[in-house]
Amino acid sequence: MAIDVETVRKVANLAQIREPEERLASLAAELSGILQWIEQLNEVDTEGVEAMTSAVAVTLPMREDVVTDGGDAADILANAPKSRDGFFVVPKVLE
Amino acid sequence: MSALTGLTLASAVEGLRKRDFSAREIAQAHLDAIAAARSLNAYVLETPERALEMAAVCDERLARGEGGPLEGAPIGIKDLFCTRGVRSTAGSKILGNFIPTYESTVTANLWRDGAVMLGKLNMDEFAMGSSNETSAFGPVINPWRSTGSNRALAPGGSSGGSASAVAADIALAATATDTGGSIRQPASLTGTVGVKPTYGRCSRWGVVAFASSLDQAGPIAKSVADAALLLKSMSGHDTKDSTSIPAEVPDFPAFVGKSVKGLRIGVPKEYRVDGMPAEIDALWTRGVEWLREAGCEIVEVSLPHTKYALPAYYIIAPAEASSNLARYDGMRYGLRVEGPSLADVYQLTRAAGFGDEVKRRVLIGAYVLSAGYYDAYYLKALKVRRRIADDFEQAFGKVDALLTPTAPSAAFGLGEGSGDPIAMYLNDIFTVTVNLAGLPGISVPGGLDAKGLPLGLQLIGRALDEGTLFSLAGALEKAAAFKARPERWW
Repeated sequence: MAIDVETVRKVANLAQIREPEERLASLAAELSGILQWIEQLNEVDTEGVEAMTSAVAVTLPMREDVVTDGGDAADILANAPKSRDGFFVVPKVLE
Repeated sequence: MSALTGLTLASAVEGLRKRDFSAREIAQAHLDAIAAARSLNAYVLETPERALEMAAVCDERLARGEGGPLEGAPIGIKDLFCTRGVRSTAGSKILGNFIPTYESTVTANLWRDGAVMLGKLNMDEFAMGSSNETSAFGPVINPWRSTGSNRALAPGGSSGGSASAVAADIALAATATDTGGSIRQPASLTGTVGVKPTYGRCSRWGVVAFASSLDQAGPIAKSVADAALLLKSMSGHDTKDSTSIPAEVPDFPAFVGKSVKGLRIGVPKEYRVDGMPAEIDALWTRGVEWLREAGCEIVEVSLPHTKYALPAYYIIAPAEASSNLARYDGMRYGLRVEGPSLADVYQLTRAAGFGDEVKRRVLIGAYVLSAGYYDAYYLKALKVRRRIADDFEQAFGKVDALLTPTAPSAAFGLGEGSGDPIAMYLNDIFTVTVNLAGLPGISVPGGLDAKGLPLGLQLIGRALDEGTLFSLAGALEKAAAFKARPERWW
């Protein structure tokens, strides 16, 4: 399926990436090319086939629901672009 | 250059144990070689002080007659592995100056066993690429050149830094990762050995995530025995990765040199693709003969869904990547570009921090997962993935391993593949099936093409049967007697 400039704008918004207006047309062409190539999957009969959601046949392990980690606030903040008094400093969310 | 950098990992470990040379001496020899090879751009960060510090501790242990299986061996680490206190970037600007406060399980296992870190190795941004040209640190140069030419060639990718470093003797061996072929394809293009183990064999904890259901760490090394030695240390169950397999780690090096007589080897007819260079076809035929002469029985098998593996991969991997890379929001670590609103900060940060190929894949991922398209693309791809895994399961009812070429071409020039994303994606045509099915694969150098460039052969095994692959790879290595080395120009 070919995707248009409007769709690219919408997807870029979903992906939280600011794409300059002049880049949208070439992105639409690139993404359309890739999606058209991907569409050969429609040739495969997948009627009744179960989706493969795990690369190995193991069930996810369970463990006791107890705290095993923590107390690392300083480590967690060590790479923050901005932090103060043990908190991340982020832009204002509510007006 | 010092003779110490020309050693294999196995012979270096033996020499260290016998005290023929010290850990400091072999670390320094490599640091000198790295400084003289900066034109390859293989390392994005050299850690000479850390290397000499670690080597000094190794020397103390060796003097006491102690030490692990890799004691004193200097190696390189792909920059996708988080290393405590040492900048880790995944080849991306968005991680900026990220300095982890923790150590990945794989690297922790290597330090436990006595390895010494030389530095962090260049790679395609977030491991997305097949030529190492998407790195924010610029491309890596392949130490190999065509005969009589001085044109710069790509080492493949995404583990291009790892492959170049090992081929150029500026690391005894290196860690790497493989999501669609990122260990095996660069190994093939640089005349090195690369192993993508069974999904779950190596812990993913502390490895920057690209596509979590496909990502797997493994070694790039100078020989099959070296790859077995390094993989043994890298592997092991880890409760911090819920997909880590709780299985014993076999003594991989013990499998190298074992007889392969009586093993049944499948040759999948679908891998004979249109437009495959005659030299690669000829090498494949030679590989089949080598294994036959070693006593294997050759069986033609069919993997009918092979041609759908790449299109399925280019739905699944971008979908997982778009989720995994959502964490780069400029709030907790890495780059932040300020803007008037929170949404502006997110969008400007990600626009400035991600390169073109990463953006392309995140956009595809967001598209195929978006409302109305999920079933048509993502669910369809997961069903095709099941078909591909079933193909292998059927084949492994008849054979013990499969033999294929590793990559559809030898090393190509920088810039040659960057215009057309799909042409670049086709580099992984023979390797990507293995990631989708979660199986182990190994690439072994088989010979040189007419231009004097290395070509690799790939063996694919049953899940958790890396042992058989190491025996077969050892037999191929012995028969191929690949001794060629890149001529030193750097």
